[in-house]
Amino acid sequence: MQVVKVPGKDKRHKVFLYALSTCAWCKKTKKFLEDRGIEFEYIDVDRCSKEDVAAIKSELERRGAPMSFPLIIIDDKVEILGFKEDELKEALGV
Amino acid sequence: MTNLDSARRRAESDAKSRGYFLNPDESFLKDLLEGLVENERRYGYPSCPCRIATGEFRLDRDIICPCDYRDADVEEYGACYCALYVRRDVFEGKAPLRPVPERRPAKRQAAAVSYASGAIASESGGSKDKADVDKAEKGNALGGGEPGMKLWYCKQCGYVAFRDEPPYVCPICKAKKEMFGEVKLGLVG
Repeated sequence: MQVVKVPGKDKRHKVFLYALSTCAWCKKTKKFLEDRGIEFEYIDVDRCSKEDVAAIKSELERRGAPMSFPLIIIDDKVEILGFKEDELKEALGV
Repeated sequence: MTNLDSARRRAESDAKSRGYFLNPDESFLKDLLEGLVENERRYGYPSCPCRIATGEFRLDRDIICPCDYRDADVEEYGACYCALYVRRDVFEGKAPLRPVPERRPAKRQAAAVSYASGAIASESGGSKDKADVDKAEKGNALGGGEPGMKLWYCKQCGYVAFRDEPPYVCPICKAKKEMFGEVKLGLVG
């Protein structure tokens, strides 16, 4: 799976982002994290193979999360659907 | 081949005819238009840049820009799902632009994801996924109709549209939504 790691100084949280490469809200989310030096990993689901999409689908089903983007998962428990700046700031303590 | 300029012109003319505006954030708008151009290159049609598409027209039809959900979302939230099209007050900065919740029915989304994951490519497995796709397709058939779809006519110019809600603005004469009435069909005889 093509998971991209974006290094950052702020490693307090484990941040994983499900995104689409074409999605402007996803870009905004990536930029938000980069600008604040938050380390995160992301995957562009529209660039994934069928097998990878299948794996992502079952992972999101297991979480009970919809296949909508951006989906940000913080420390494996907090899920934020969509670019909600206030919620992101609070969850990430920035 | 659609380029950025033609994608912009297409969106601008559509916004104008429907009484909407394009996203006022120039760099955000450029990202959206690039996404549309990329999807058109990939699939042959400009599907929503913020939704997962399959490349199968029958499964993506409702999310081809302008998507089926635009009018309702612009009216309720001030922007469509990807925020390419916005309402006047959002364009003028008088109302905030917030993420728009997904209005696309879960069964259609599930069908698209099943297809994208290859689950329905094999005839053996994924019977639930296959059912999702069949169900989503059925809604596409003309006349079969999706629940809630109605015929609306503009009382000012006679324009007729088949959709769940009347248009925000009449694309022909610019009359407002309130000028639309429902066409009731019945058998005479």
